[in-house]
Amino acid sequence: MSAATTATPAARGRVRRFAGPVRRVAGVVFSVLLTFLGLTCVTFVIGRVMPIDPVLAIVGDKASAETYAQVRAEIGLDLPIPVQYWRYLMKVLHGEFGTSVITSHPVLDDLLHVFPATLELSVLALIIGVVVGVPLGVFAATHRDRWQDQVIRFVSLLGYSMPVFWLGLVGLLLFYAKLGWVEGPGRLDVSYDDIVPTITGLITVDSLIAGEVEVFWNAFWHLVLPASLLGYLSLAYVARMTRSFMLAQLNQEYVLATLAKGLSPWRVVWVHALGNVWVQLVTVIALTFGSLLEGAVLTETVFAWPGLGLYMKNSLFNADLNAVLGGTILVGVVYIGLNMLSDLVYPLVDPRARDRW
Amino acid sequence: MLKFTRRQALGAAALSPLATISPAALAATPKDTLVIANQITDIITCDPGECYEIASQILMSRVYDRLVRYEAEDMSKLVGGVAQSWTVSPDAKTYTFKLRPGLKFQSGAPVTAEDMAFSLQRVVLMNKTPAFLFTQLGWTKDNARTLITAPDAGTLVFTITEDFAPSLVLNLMSTLAASVVEKKAALAHEKDGDLGNGWLKSNSAASGAFRMVSWKAGESLTLEANPTYRLGAPKMKRVIVRNVAEPATQRLLLEKGDVDMAMSLQPDQITPLMSNKAVRVESFPYSGTWYIGLNCSDERLKNPKVRLAMKYLVDYQGMANTFLKGRFNVQQTFLPIGLMGAIPYNPYKLDPAKAKALLAEAGYPDGFEIRFDVPNTSPFAEIGQSVQQTMGQGGIKVDIVSAELKQVLGGYRTRKHQMVIMSWTPDYLDPHSNADTFAHNDDNSDSPKTRPLAWRNHWFEPAVTAKTKAASREVDTAKRIAMYEDLQRIVTDTGPFIILFQPNAVVASRANVHGYKPGIIEDNYFYRTITKA
Amino acid sequence: MSARPSIAPAPDTLRAWLLEPAPASRGQARLGRWFRGWLAFRRNPLALVGLAIVVALVLMALFAPLLASADAAVHQVLEDRLQPSSWAHLFGTDELGRDIYARVVFGSRVTLTIVTLVSLIVVPVGLLIGLPAGYFAGWIDTVLMRLTDIFLAFPRLVLALAFAAALGPGIENAVIAISLTAWPPYARLARAETLTRRQAEFIQAAEMQGASHLRIIATQIVPLCLSSVIIRLTLDMAGIILTAAGLGFLGLGAQPPAAEWGAMVSTGRNVLLDQWWVATIPGLAIFVTSLGFNLLGDGLRDVAGGRG
Repeated sequence: MSAATTATPAARGRVRRFAGPVRRVAGVVFSVLLTFLGLTCVTFVIGRVMPIDPVLAIVGDKASAETYAQVRAEIGLDLPIPVQYWRYLMKVLHGEFGTSVITSHPVLDDLLHVFPATLELSVLALIIGVVVGVPLGVFAATHRDRWQDQVIRFVSLLGYSMPVFWLGLVGLLLFYAKLGWVEGPGRLDVSYDDIVPTITGLITVDSLIAGEVEVFWNAFWHLVLPASLLGYLSLAYVARMTRSFMLAQLNQEYVLATLAKGLSPWRVVWVHALGNVWVQLVTVIALTFGSLLEGAVLTETVFAWPGLGLYMKNSLFNADLNAVLGGTILVGVVYIGLNMLSDLVYPLVDPRARDRW
Repeated sequence: MLKFTRRQALGAAALSPLATISPAALAATPKDTLVIANQITDIITCDPGECYEIASQILMSRVYDRLVRYEAEDMSKLVGGVAQSWTVSPDAKTYTFKLRPGLKFQSGAPVTAEDMAFSLQRVVLMNKTPAFLFTQLGWTKDNARTLITAPDAGTLVFTITEDFAPSLVLNLMSTLAASVVEKKAALAHEKDGDLGNGWLKSNSAASGAFRMVSWKAGESLTLEANPTYRLGAPKMKRVIVRNVAEPATQRLLLEKGDVDMAMSLQPDQITPLMSNKAVRVESFPYSGTWYIGLNCSDERLKNPKVRLAMKYLVDYQGMANTFLKGRFNVQQTFLPIGLMGAIPYNPYKLDPAKAKALLAEAGYPDGFEIRFDVPNTSPFAEIGQSVQQTMGQGGIKVDIVSAELKQVLGGYRTRKHQMVIMSWTPDYLDPHSNADTFAHNDDNSDSPKTRPLAWRNHWFEPAVTAKTKAASREVDTAKRIAMYEDLQRIVTDTGPFIILFQPNAVVASRANVHGYKPGIIEDNYFYRTITKA
Repeated sequence: MSARPSIAPAPDTLRAWLLEPAPASRGQARLGRWFRGWLAFRRNPLALVGLAIVVALVLMALFAPLLASADAAVHQVLEDRLQPSSWAHLFGTDELGRDIYARVVFGSRVTLTIVTLVSLIVVPVGLLIGLPAGYFAGWIDTVLMRLTDIFLAFPRLVLALAFAAALGPGIENAVIAISLTAWPPYARLARAETLTRRQAEFIQAAEMQGASHLRIIATQIVPLCLSSVIIRLTLDMAGIILTAAGLGFLGLGAQPPAAEWGAMVSTGRNVLLDQWWVATIPGLAIFVTSLGFNLLGDGLRDVAGGRG
């Protein structure tokens, strides 16, 4: 298996079947639409066959039979599932995601409220992953099969193997409860709530805009632990991929040629070779970001982080169908978008990907 | 917007880079603000005519005033809330309330009988969860507007069509559903004839001790003292209830001083807190009932001897002394101590030998296998596993099916369980609330009007149901109490319930927080008496 | 590297036979390939550690009753709850006074069951979809791969969570939920492998001799796909274990009193501050197991070649 195959598990040249770039784009768009339809359909059916009764989630245990029937009809559960699905799809196409049962807000508002929290965490984690992971990967490639390479490989494999929820708990125990180096669960201390007006939804950014330095530091110390842990997990992936890409580059003739011309090896590696793999790295980063979003369900549970993952988990366990669907569509769309990016970009830079299949 | 930070406490030093390097800064909440850590994700609406979840009952009872109520100063005595006095007609059908003069909504508008009548009517008309409280009086969508009237601004009159003891009717009028909502405000925001329900889900039009400032679903709910409250403005200017899902996190926040009170601690958090001088742990009786339901549609559970045997296969004391220590007391009747008529009748303890003998008599010398639905939260999960083990000692092999609470409830409501563990809290401070569910089943068909716990467990005993009805109508209170004592013994001895525990409300506060004395139901968790030194 | 494996009766001859550059039979060629792979694998200490962990896990699961008492894993002694490590309880006791060591040992069975069942579902499903797609190409390929694409586009954990929530808790349901989200890469892999072999001479030859498609796929192509599928599977095992543990952590795993590592971490959360071992030790078990599979898979991939 070549390095590139593992580099982009989702970028598997599904575009080969289309000749020109136009057809390729059309193909990707078609595939995205189809995927989107499949996504909503599967989620919808899951929501409807769930053993948790959504009506009960609204009216509670003590409601009378009459109240129960009334609410059931109000949310349209008395209709056949295909009809319900069709109605829902039409509404979504008009930008309406319905109202969440748990929060009694429109789902879209909820998503706009919780998504920045997840974004703030994932972006910082990603930055850590890239800033540390890429140099490590390059270093491993230049020290191929030496002990440095083995150490880096082992460290990445450790990252691959961590149950994120456990890592989070141990991290909290150690750095928050025992050592007191960082702040605990949540995004802010209670007494800092409601001070900074919401502009971007990213508290670190908003607090700086508002000039509230203290709030910024508090938010930062809350953020630093989960972001570092997630950053480590992404670092593992980024470093490995960087290593593979770099090895492929370093084996190429131009490297030897430039070296022969007397350029410093340092420059050859860090400027020329690395410069040639950055597009591939972008796809890796996109996929890492996707997996961070996915893992949010677990991380946010551990860190009581009021983001998309926690929102989806809570709505799932409360049979809050509109919220579950809205959240899945959001994650799905981001995910599909990232995949599409890999699909479109990847063959452009790697001619081998075009004829691999 | 009221704004506060720790800046006052930390002074200018806080702004120096050194102070910000380490997050372990000293923490304290502002003096006039009370921060409470609690689990409030169950709040799905703030409309007093709709809410029925524990957290929303606690908080909306602080925001809305109601017709009659129990007050913090004497929680054993029913007194007027919005009403100043009342009279009941000799046939116990017509109730006339004189309202207190000069009451004001938080908006500044006067509280009138018109508002009160509207508030009661809308509960029936909207037909949300609390509606059953009032519809049992005979009120319906069609007659609510004629049976509940406001002849003048200071008088409310209503008529009931069913037979009920006046003490019971008045207790129903002390529930959150009997809150007064400002009619004009509600109707101004009415949409599609919803009587303002959509708007009131996240806004308030109230006259209670606190004003609701904001509700961020799943995160926090903020209250502010109402300076015009009829009993005087509360001492704390601001109360922030913050959702903290994990009990362990609540404890940490409390110990660090990030919150003033923690409301959902488990025994494992309480014990270590006992030695912390900065924190005070208090325990208050609560009116819950934790029980195991046995579905009598199951051939084996239908047999009273089998049910009796199973009551001897639970280690009540063992659990109460270990992982439930301080949080639960053994109480084996359906009335929790503190409710009128409750008796400390606890005939069962773990006795596998006796249970085996009973099972043999019933024809099951080798026991049997049975499914047990258990919510996957603590301490349901732990209790379930303990019961699983002790049932095994009697030869009964219990298969636990653990799931989300709502999922378990769904199966229970439709009688799909064999064995289920659940908790119950009374809807109002009257023994009828519990008797009506544990000992009342007049229609065992699959689609009855109400789904009392007796129905859910297929326990169809018309004689017991008749006793429950009679007790609800008895005007002589002493006689009524005796009737409930009798009913409790019957249900404990023969009913389809293994009644286990009565929980305590355990509250841990910072040592400088004083004056919190909750009653045995959520409605009476008063915040207005709390002070901070 | 340390001592050569002493394979009786005549190691040198056997070794030479295995390493014969011009094998006499296809069997010898295949065995030789495996042997060369093993020699390469042996040079990778990390991979050997991985292999050791995985073997230890399998042995632990198989001989669990010898390592710990089955009763101790489920028997509650409420008076002994939350005890720290001692000779009686190596890893201490949990919230119901059960022996954590015994629960960790028996928990390996749950984990291995899940991993095995998922593999047993995922590989055949992947082959069933990938092989025809690669073999027949054309519209069959388009339809099958479109389906695969849809499933690939889902966020895996979220989907598994949704499936598990819809199916209700329990090991079987967790297995189904994970399998539903884990098969697409195998379909892709099988298709790719098939495509590259499709035009190979011996397959063309078999076709000329009139062998049926089914026969060719089953006898010629499946064996060729298998090695890459197995490597992929080993690499995936860690992911499967982590997903299963995650589901258990969220309350969607095995039913009590069965010991499931993820659920053990979850219940230990309540007492993390005072009794850290209750959550930490099962988490460590998850981590070590998944690390073992990762190291092993990584080593296997290196041996399979192509990878720098």
